[in-house]
Amino acid sequence: MPDTPPTAGGASISREQVAHLADLARIDLSDAELDHLAPQLSVILESIASIQGVAGDDIPPTSHPVPLTNVFRDDVVVPGLTPEEALSGAPEAEQQRFSVPRILGEEQ
Amino acid sequence: MTGGSQTTAAWLADELEAGRTTSVEVTQRHLDRIADVDGQVHAFLHVDAEGALEQAAASDARRADGAPRSALDGVPIAVKDVLATRGLPTTCGSKILEGWIPPYDATVVRRLREAGLPILGKTNMDEFAMGSSTEHSAYGPTRNPWDLDRIPGGSGGGSAAAVAAYEAPLAIGTDTGGSIRQPGAVTGTVGVKPTYGGVSRYGLVALANSLDQAGPVTRTVLDAALLHEVVGGHDPLDSTSIDQPVPALVDAVRQGATGDLSGVRIGVVTELGGEGYQAGVLTRFQESVDLMVKAGAEVVEVSCPSFVHALATYYLILPAEASSNLAKFDAMRYGLRVVPEGSPSAEDVMRATRDAGFGDEVKRRIILGTYALSSGYYDAYYGQAQKVRTLITRDFEAAFGQADVLVSPTAPTTAFKLGEKLDDPLAMYLNDLATIPANLSGVPGISVPSGLADEDGLPTGIQILAPTMADDRVYRVGAALEALLLDKWGAPLLDRATGLEGAP
Repeated sequence: MPDTPPTAGGASISREQVAHLADLARIDLSDAELDHLAPQLSVILESIASIQGVAGDDIPPTSHPVPLTNVFRDDVVVPGLTPEEALSGAPEAEQQRFSVPRILGEEQ
Repeated sequence: MTGGSQTTAAWLADELEAGRTTSVEVTQRHLDRIADVDGQVHAFLHVDAEGALEQAAASDARRADGAPRSALDGVPIAVKDVLATRGLPTTCGSKILEGWIPPYDATVVRRLREAGLPILGKTNMDEFAMGSSTEHSAYGPTRNPWDLDRIPGGSGGGSAAAVAAYEAPLAIGTDTGGSIRQPGAVTGTVGVKPTYGGVSRYGLVALANSLDQAGPVTRTVLDAALLHEVVGGHDPLDSTSIDQPVPALVDAVRQGATGDLSGVRIGVVTELGGEGYQAGVLTRFQESVDLMVKAGAEVVEVSCPSFVHALATYYLILPAEASSNLAKFDAMRYGLRVVPEGSPSAEDVMRATRDAGFGDEVKRRIILGTYALSSGYYDAYYGQAQKVRTLITRDFEAAFGQADVLVSPTAPTTAFKLGEKLDDPLAMYLNDLATIPANLSGVPGISVPSGLADEDGLPTGIQILAPTMADDRVYRVGAALEALLLDKWGAPLLDRATGLEGAP
């Protein structure tokens, strides 16, 4: 897919922006992946940029097709997973807990 | 016996009820068929022969006691791999969930078990249901039983191909932007997206919560109604589930099957046709509309001007929701964990795992969603998409003021060749042009086979949409059209599928 030049409306996305977004989304993208994905994302973004300004300020947003409010259930105890079941898919478990790598970075 | 047009789920249920066959026999035949053809089709990611036969034997025991749990007790089914199945692997077509065995059942799966349907296995899909061809599965594509070099549609290509190849009489799919209906159209099968909230999403691994809906994948409209009545209805475990009775769907099919459409107003949506649609698809569509007119229907042309923005709206709302939903794959509690060298932090592990575990399309959509939700872009993109969603719903409301159901081709083209659009995301997205509006608005829709395109001899589908909670209308009109077309063809469309050696 050819490289797509940035458009005047800013509806384009640079390789650096993709790298930043991948960082926010906690995905380690390699250089090769950035080269591959960034131009594709630009093409997609250009095509969806047409949506800007379609709906006026007076149009309410829809977050959900069938709006429901205050959906409660009865406050009764129901069976849940056992600790063994809850931990059954864990990459690592210890003393009935999920075992995880250190949570602080080197600089912290 | 698994092949041939008489083996519908309804027919199998009658045979079981009459004692002319057993669930073990029926289930074994389908397992044999899977063993024979799935090497070519690759509809299944996991086959549970032992479990299915055990469930079949239990069903036979219930039938022998005169206590079947439902009309479909003993009729086997395949389940899309996006639904949690206790004790059976659930991968969503992703490496990040390879080998994960859920400790619980999705509500849809629990209802299948409670109704006595043996579960044959889990069907292939685009990774996390992102795609229209099943090529984005991390475990390799499914092939179309009509032509093994072509895609079976997606994301639920596995469920549609399994049913089209007679590997299963019934399957469950999920439809976020067309993932039940579009595979139905390109494989010559029937697929129904119920009203949003009509079938529980509990245990359905979410792609986009406000769009996802599970539903039936079958060879006939009656089979879809029978299955829909089993899995549909309110579920307290899904707070978006609609607390109202499911309409009488099987009755609606029986009414429709008379082929009489007197008094039914059919709306042809101007914006869902014309440019971008293959000639043969449009020819078969018009033919179906003409048949419905002959059967007494009144046709009106309706315009839904905001539908031209549906694709853009969808590709903002879906990635936004998906990027949030997939944040849970963090390598801590379940699924893949990749540990880089040295002394990595949890965040390092997360980054490495998500890079290794997600495929290209998933990465594209997560990044797109992260972008759309970023401060500075939120109002221009995501906020705007939510407003256009309102406009699309208003278009539907106006259209349903003029017509009882709306119709369009289900997919703009017939099945394309494997690999043809794999690295051209935008071309891939266009497959869902006609199906996406229903998801944005929550309305129900069915895809019914409408014939074969003249230019390539491949199946085409017609989509019928109805207002929210009027699922019975899509079944009534779908069954009527199915009956009219069957009368014209003389035999079901699938009898003409010749992609598989020795099939059916």
